Amino acid sequence: MGLIDHINKAFENRIRLGIMSILMVNESVDFNFLKEQLKLTDGNLASHINSLEKLGYIAIIKQFIGKKPNTSYSATKIGERAFKEHLNALEKLIKNL
Amino acid sequence: MHYKVLYMSPENKNYLNDINEIRSMMEQSSRFLSLSGLSGIFAGTWALIGAGIAHSLLQQYKAEIAITEYCSSGEVQFQYLGKFFLLAIGTIILALASGTYFTTKKAKENNQSIWSATAMRLMINLFIPLTCGGIFSFALIYHGVYGLVAPAMLVFYGLSLLNASKYTLSDIRTLGIAQLILGCTNAFFIGYGLYFWAFGFGVLHIIYGIIMYNKYERN
Repeated sequence: MGLIDHINKAFENRIRLGIMSILMVNESVDFNFLKEQLKLTDGNLASHINSLEKLGYIAIIKQFIGKKPNTSYSATKIGERAFKEHLNALEKLIKNL
Repeated sequence: MHYKVLYMSPENKNYLNDINEIRSMMEQSSRFLSLSGLSGIFAGTWALIGAGIAHSLLQQYKAEIAITEYCSSGEVQFQYLGKFFLLAIGTIILALASGTYFTTKKAKENNQSIWSATAMRLMINLFIPLTCGGIFSFALIYHGVYGLVAPAMLVFYGLSLLNASKYTLSDIRTLGIAQLILGCTNAFFIGYGLYFWAFGFGVLHIIYGIIMYNKYERN
């Protein structure tokens, strides 16, 4: 089996990697939190969120806090598994240097 | 045939960067890391000054009690309780103010906000046990159980730090455990509360502040 078999293309992008890292250690976070942590613009962040959602890696929760709409994100089981596999693959790669 | 690559190819370097990025994102998004060691040093100094003033107040009180009639000693006690209360409030305000000042300063340097979600989470988890401790200590004073006030403050403060350590620099955990040991020991040596208190809130804060400052802030 090749060393880079489990390197996930979805996580080759820094921003998607960052979003997943944050969601692995936080149960759920809202849009502004991600924006602040990753220092991104609205549009840029939204497009990466969409692509992760299409893959089924993250779930979007829309709710109202009082009268304000609030959107938050969390990692799905599939997303968590994919991220862990990606991490293991990275670890193996680096051990084999 | 395998060849060990002894230099870093650009691709491998990218993967290493990825791992660093993952680590920093996980840490930054779950912990408030801008706690300043200087706030510890200052809080400790205020605590020692406060304890010094409390010590001389206590001597005054003892001297005064010795010369007053028994019937008016209650009044004297009440008067001194008021002074101790003002002293405690003053010490807390000074400690909080210097803590806020240095932490805000460090957060600015790190481009973080002290109103971020991570900072809020830290504050909430610190202040839930801490507020309980404050109320509990107040109840002890109310019931006249003065000897247990210092142990209770140390124990509740230790538990607060232990709880808060999950949301900030993990070094805080050791400080919390040290306060817990001190508080539990003090509970068996009633009458030495002021010394235990001065050691926990004064000396330990200063030692810890210096360690943290050297570890994270000195360039």
